[in-house]
Amino acid sequence: MTDLFTPGHRACAGCGAAIAFRQIVNALGKDIVIVNATGCGEIISTPFPESAWEVPYIHTLFENVPAVASGVVAALRAQGNDHTTVVCIAGDGSTYDIGFGALSGMLERNDDVLYICYDNEAYMNTGVQRSSSTPLHALTTTSEVGKALHGKEQFKKPLLDIVAAHRVPYAASTCIAYPFDVDKKLKKAKAIRGARFVSIFASCVTGWGVDTQLGVSIARLAVETGMWPMQEYENGEMKITMKPARKPVLEYFKLQRRFKHLTPEEVAEIQKTVDGFWAKHEAGEKK
Amino acid sequence: MTETIEGSAAVAHVVRNCEPDVVACYPITPSTHIAEDLAKMYANGEIKKYITVESEFSAISAIMGASAAGGRSFSTTSSQGLALMHEAIFAAAGLRLSPVMCVANRALSAPLNIWNDHEDTIAERDSGWLQIYCETNQETVDAIPQAFKVAESAYIPAMVCMDGFYLTHAVEQIDVPKTEMIRSYLPKFKPFARLDPENPVSIGAYAFPADYQNFREDLHRDLIASKAKVRKAHDEMAKLTGRSYGDGLLEQYRMEDADYIFMGLGSVMGTAKEAVDRMRAKGEKVGALRVRCFRPFPGEELAKALAGKKSVAVFEKDYSLGASAPMYAELVEALYQKPEAPVLSSFVGGLGGKDMTVENVESLLAKIKDAKRHSEWV
Repeated sequence: MTDLFTPGHRACAGCGAAIAFRQIVNALGKDIVIVNATGCGEIISTPFPESAWEVPYIHTLFENVPAVASGVVAALRAQGNDHTTVVCIAGDGSTYDIGFGALSGMLERNDDVLYICYDNEAYMNTGVQRSSSTPLHALTTTSEVGKALHGKEQFKKPLLDIVAAHRVPYAASTCIAYPFDVDKKLKKAKAIRGARFVSIFASCVTGWGVDTQLGVSIARLAVETGMWPMQEYENGEMKITMKPARKPVLEYFKLQRRFKHLTPEEVAEIQKTVDGFWAKHEAGEKK
Repeated sequence: MTETIEGSAAVAHVVRNCEPDVVACYPITPSTHIAEDLAKMYANGEIKKYITVESEFSAISAIMGASAAGGRSFSTTSSQGLALMHEAIFAAAGLRLSPVMCVANRALSAPLNIWNDHEDTIAERDSGWLQIYCETNQETVDAIPQAFKVAESAYIPAMVCMDGFYLTHAVEQIDVPKTEMIRSYLPKFKPFARLDPENPVSIGAYAFPADYQNFREDLHRDLIASKAKVRKAHDEMAKLTGRSYGDGLLEQYRMEDADYIFMGLGSVMGTAKEAVDRMRAKGEKVGALRVRCFRPFPGEELAKALAGKKSVAVFEKDYSLGASAPMYAELVEALYQKPEAPVLSSFVGGLGGKDMTVENVESLLAKIKDAKRHSEWV
């Protein structure tokens, strides 16, 4: 099978986003339109006059992807096309932060759009600045480690819950290290009409300070430690789609430069939060 | 056939009659009635799709997406709404998309003010959009199908500018072109490239220094060349309606033997024509020159129209703060080193709805009879 996201693009070796893009187009097939936000994804794939996309693709700006997609799907349907899936691909900077209002608007209208966020937990294209998706205490170039501060001071924004609160028909999280899970969730999303949201955890070896060869392993560790829960929201009900091995979070942290400065107390604090999430979930399951 | 109708309602009617695929609006005074009336039509099944976006930024983004997918697309806004769209306004032109927007002109904050001037659209003059400034509601409804025709054939988005309140809220006799007439005038939108899974293309690549400037220069040249399309679209419609507005770019009023000229944009030119009539009745050799198409700027055409005149009062409801009045500066450039160029004076007024009366126009025409260069806020 020929990939619909073709080799020869300009991603870093070990780029999780590029893996996600290949998984996305190969899961969804040719009958799609990609609406891409400004960011690494756009920069690596469409340097004029080249394009890595074998499917229709548009990039306009950074913060308007959901609205552009609403317009694309409206025009397609108005012209009698009732089958093409319009797919947003945007990073966490675009999704969690600058395009958050436009995302909420599209979700509230329940427009027939499949929105995919590739989440690498910072503004990577501009050189690793913090986003509201950046986890607690992580080092970025705008959440520095110094005498007064010790990385990002805030928790990662719980975006999937916020999306689900819009009562969209489908919202899910998945991870590039689990290609069958990505495939399954995207195909499921494709079969549904209305506003759908899938968040794909996609490592950034450059921004996280991880060995290139560990691009996929580090993403898998995020799931195995319980840092990145694999979830699905359908009809307002959340379910965990993969039970993690619950390895200690330290195993995930110690391979990444962005967490190198963490004190044992800080690691324990994060472990406690992760434990709390899973304890709450397991208690809910027993009811 | 004319009907008694509000300017905004008439715009909504003609937009519907242009059979757009996608309309996306966010309400803002004084454009709101257009958005409301289109929503009413959508509720009646008279418009294919109306997206109730959550901001003007999303309104422009949605019609960009619709246009890229091969849909005829429309929005309307004013002032702060247009300012919020600013980033996307440039991108829409750079991407060579073809949406049409009706801007109900209004002052920009601060201070907050909802009344008319041209600061909002003039601030977008460098964006690569066509800009047509209308004097009357009748002209505005005629300009909308013309704007679609030029935008969709030149791959350049178009703004039809109508003065907030003076036009948008004025109820008068208007002949709204009917669907049948527009169908015979406006061909279906068939862009050379669109988002189509059968023929995948990539739209919106990023360009390196070796290419970027070429794209910008191409857009500029095509925008200048679209003057011919603006004239043609105007003339073709004039044949169908019997209504014309100068040559589509400029409208000259009692200019033949005039020495002193009042020049401006939009509805104030109706006031100016009345002032010219009154002064002509007293034997004064005065005339009025209306710039209908501000982008592309008809510099050569203006130089020709003004050759041999003694003095021109350039009146604008906008200003480039810290510099000068934009249209005045562009006219100076257009007339630089031209033989028989008149003396040019700059008058800025009417900001934030400040009234500009027939008497005010008369006094400016009287003032420039000294053939000296004036520069004043009036």
